[in-house]
Formats: sequence, C-alpha cells, structure tokens
Amino acid sequence: MKRIPYGRFEVFRLNTTAAVHREWRRFTPTQRLARFALYFGTVFACVISLRTVQIIPEFLYDAPEQVADLLRRMWPIEWAFYPKGVHEALIETLHIATLGTILAILMALPLGLLAASNITPSAWLNYFAKLMLVSSRSVNSLVWALLFVAMFGPGALAGTMAIAFRSIGFVGKLFGEALEEARPGPVEALKAAGAPRTSIFIKGYWPQVEPAFWAIALFRWDISVRESAVLGLVGAGGIGVALDDAINFFQWERVATVMLAILAVVIAAEILVTRIRARLI
Amino acid sequence: MISDQAARPRPPAFPSNWPARLAWIALAVYAVYAASILDFSWERFVVGLDNAARFIGRMFPPETGASKMALLLKGLYESLEIAIIASAFGILLSLPIGLLAARNLMPAWVTWPTRLFIVLCRSFHQVIIAILFVKAVGFGALAGILALTVASVGFVAKLFAEAIEEISLKQVEAIRATGAPFMNVIVYGVMPQVLTRFVGFATYQLDSNLRNSTMIGIVGAGGIGGTMFAAFQRFDYDFLFTILAAIIALIMVSEALQNQVKKLYQ
Repeated sequence: MKRIPYGRFEVFRLNTTAAVHREWRRFTPTQRLARFALYFGTVFACVISLRTVQIIPEFLYDAPEQVADLLRRMWPIEWAFYPKGVHEALIETLHIATLGTILAILMALPLGLLAASNITPSAWLNYFAKLMLVSSRSVNSLVWALLFVAMFGPGALAGTMAIAFRSIGFVGKLFGEALEEARPGPVEALKAAGAPRTSIFIKGYWPQVEPAFWAIALFRWDISVRESAVLGLVGAGGIGVALDDAINFFQWERVATVMLAILAVVIAAEILVTRIRARLI
Repeated sequence: MISDQAARPRPPAFPSNWPARLAWIALAVYAVYAASILDFSWERFVVGLDNAARFIGRMFPPETGASKMALLLKGLYESLEIAIIASAFGILLSLPIGLLAARNLMPAWVTWPTRLFIVLCRSFHQVIIAILFVKAVGFGALAGILALTVASVGFVAKLFAEAIEEISLKQVEAIRATGAPFMNVIVYGVMPQVLTRFVGFATYQLDSNLRNSTMIGIVGAGGIGGTMFAAFQRFDYDFLFTILAAIIALIMVSEALQNQVKKLYQ
C-alpha cells in the first residue's frame, strides 16, 4: 500500500493487485478546479490591489506623530461638553434607532408574509416581496439618509426614515425565513377546524415564529443604535451631528466626549439585548 | 361523575395574554411619543413627498458623460482595492487574535484582554473609526484600509473565537496525547474543525467591507463615497443616481459571488 499525500488528506493506493488502481478523492475535478480558481483569484486580487492602491508614504511616516497629537488633544476628556448638546443628541439617537426599528417592523411584517412561500402561494408575489427586501438591504443606511435628507431636510425625521428603510430588508428577510420554517401541523389543525385566515396566522404561525421575531427585532435594534450614531454625519440628526460639529471645529476633546458617549450607549444596548434575549428565548 | 365533569367550566383554548397586550400598547404609546419628540408631522411628510418628486425628477436622465464616468470608475476601483486589502489583513490578523480569545484553549489572563480588544474594535461604526484614521494618516485610501481592517478584526475574530469554543476537544486531546507541540495541536486539532466556518466568515466580511468601502469616502477615507457625497452636496443628482446604481450593482455582484463561494464550501 502506497501513501500518497494529497492536500490535507492522504490517499491510499493499493498496489497489491494490478486490477485495483483506484484513487479516492474527496472532491470532483470541477470542485477542485473551482477551489483552485478561488484561491488563485483571492491571491491575484490581493496582489493587484496592493500594487495599484494609491498610498502617500509621507502620510504614513507622519502617522505616529499625528496619533500622538490626536491623543494629546483628546486628553483630558472635557466632560463639560456632555450636558451642552451631547446628552440631547444621545437621547435623540436612541429615539431614532427605536422608532426607526418599530417602523421597519411594521413595514417588514407584510413583506415577510408575502415572501414566505407557505403563506403566500403565489410565486410572483414571493418574487416581488423578495425584490423589495433585497433593494432595501442593498442600499447602505448612509445612502438612505442622504436620500431622506434631500426629501425631508436635515434632522431626525430623515434619520428615522433611513433606519426604517434600511431595516425593512433585514427584518423582512429573516422573518420570512422563520415563517417558512414553521411546522405545518398546527396550521393544518386550524384549517381543519375551519378557522379564518387571520386566526390561522395568529394561532398557527405566530406562536411558532414569536421567539424568532423578538430575536430579529432586538438584533436589528442593536444594529440600528450603532448605525444611527453616524447618520448625523450626513445631516440626518442624532449624535452624529454633534460628532460632525466637533470634528469640523477640530475640538478633539469634545470628539472624545462624544465618542465615549457613543461607546457607552452601544455597549449598554448590547448588554440589554443579551439580557432580554436570555429571558425571552 | 359524568355530570360533575360536564359542570366544570373548560378553560378557554386560547386564554388572553394581558401582559403581552399591555406590552404592545406600551410600544404603540412610545412610538407616538417618540414621533412627537422627533417632530414628525403630516405636513412635513407631504412637503417631503413633493421634494422627493423634484429630487427624482432631477436624477433623470442619469449622467453618463465620459469625464464623470472616469471619475466613477476610479472611485469604484479604489473602493474595491480598499475592501480587498482590508479584508485580507483583517482576516489574517483575526486568526491569531481569535485563537487568543478562545476560552477553551487559552488561560483567562490571555482571553480577557483579547476579548476586550475585540469588543473595542467592534463597538464603533466603521465610519467613526475612519474619521480617527483620517486624522492619523491623512485623507485617502490608507485611512479606509486601516479603518476597515480594524472593523474586520472586531467581527471575524469574535466569530472565529466562538467557533473555536464550539469544537470537539477529543481531537485536540488526541493530538496532545501524541506529545505534539502547541502549533501542531492548533494546525491538526483545531484548524480542520473550524476552517470551513472561517471561510464563511471571511466571505461575509469581504462583502461587508465592500459595502462599507463605498461609504467611508464620506469622511474622506477614499473610495467612491467621497465622489458620491460631493455629487450630493453639489446637487448633481443625475450623477448621484449613476453612482448609486453602480454601487448597488457592485453589491449585488458581490452577493452573488458570496453565494457561489458558500456553495463551494458546503
């Protein structure tokens, strides 16, 4: 028996009888070719990118000095800025994130129902709902914010709509998938009892998808809190506006205050979500 | 006996759940309250729809002039470069950092600082990290690469550490029992168990970096985002439309590619 190394695996070729000349391989030639193409493509893309990217080396040599300067100007953190504008902006950010998520859920529920093929038996409607969800997800929340700033003017309204429209795709996709995974048993029992469609949904599907629903909603709220903190950079309200102002005035100690406030809120939101998830699910 | 059973009232099949109803009502009340705080009103909405019609009207026909298209392609290309380089470095860095954060392989005094570092990398939005790097290394692609590298470490290292914590320790034990040095335990006991999932995280992160590399230009960190924000601020809405369409097309191609890679590694 001859041991032939083959990648991470070893192939045993039997030489005892001439007739058995079989080589076992884990993957088909197409798969191997595809994987090779992938590795090659990855390396190729990295090399090309590194060779052509435009980096100004002088800026890089300068970096340690600049970082030292940045830290020096951020320290000590000036807490006096917090009551002056940062606090209200922080609360506004939380409202934007929460209200945006609620609006998104309201709009995503019907789309999720339309996207689930076991609830909506029409392939066209499924396709339409999935298209809407994909387009919502493909546009970054900052781009949504730009569009809504152009519509509603700068302010929290634009931010809330941006969060809502970005979240529809996320919530709708996951909710639709959860619905599709629901067991048909309870639903058939309700159908057999002659229940109307709303009752079938409320008593047949909803209890099965409720844990998933809350998990999705909480997860999205957590992401929304993070994202709503930057929407202000394009004028869509929240703490990003305070951050943008501080940066434009080069008040780095104020930037540090705002960033610490954001950090505290993001971590608090994550802890809260983890706690609620552990209790609910 | 029988009459006794019949007399006992049956509990309703679907009892009403008052705590849940109250929670829903509270949520609705909050929504109305928050909407009033954030100054939502029907008039603003109607005016907004009016603006939207004008805004969309000015997007058509989309800009396709040669000089603008050259600008668009240059920006997209830079975004692509930023995403690829940042993903490569971020993923390479995540391997050791994720390993150091795995609580089943490392002692607590190693995992705690590492996990804190990962949480710090993940806490800030990519755009905020980009602001700091723009200050540190100036405007341009380098700031974007560094910002997205940090964000990638925060995400991939966390998931990688979690994947390592879920592995079966039997194989690790078996390799340790042969007296293999630590690196061999990692390479032959741990890596084969997590590599497939790692490929999944890596492709996901590349996709995520590509999305964000089109945005960080807003704060001057290179890529198409700068061109996009400039077009927006100059009311060049026709060019803005072209840029947005290009970004969305790029992201859809990337998503399709990600699905193919996922199939390959199932």
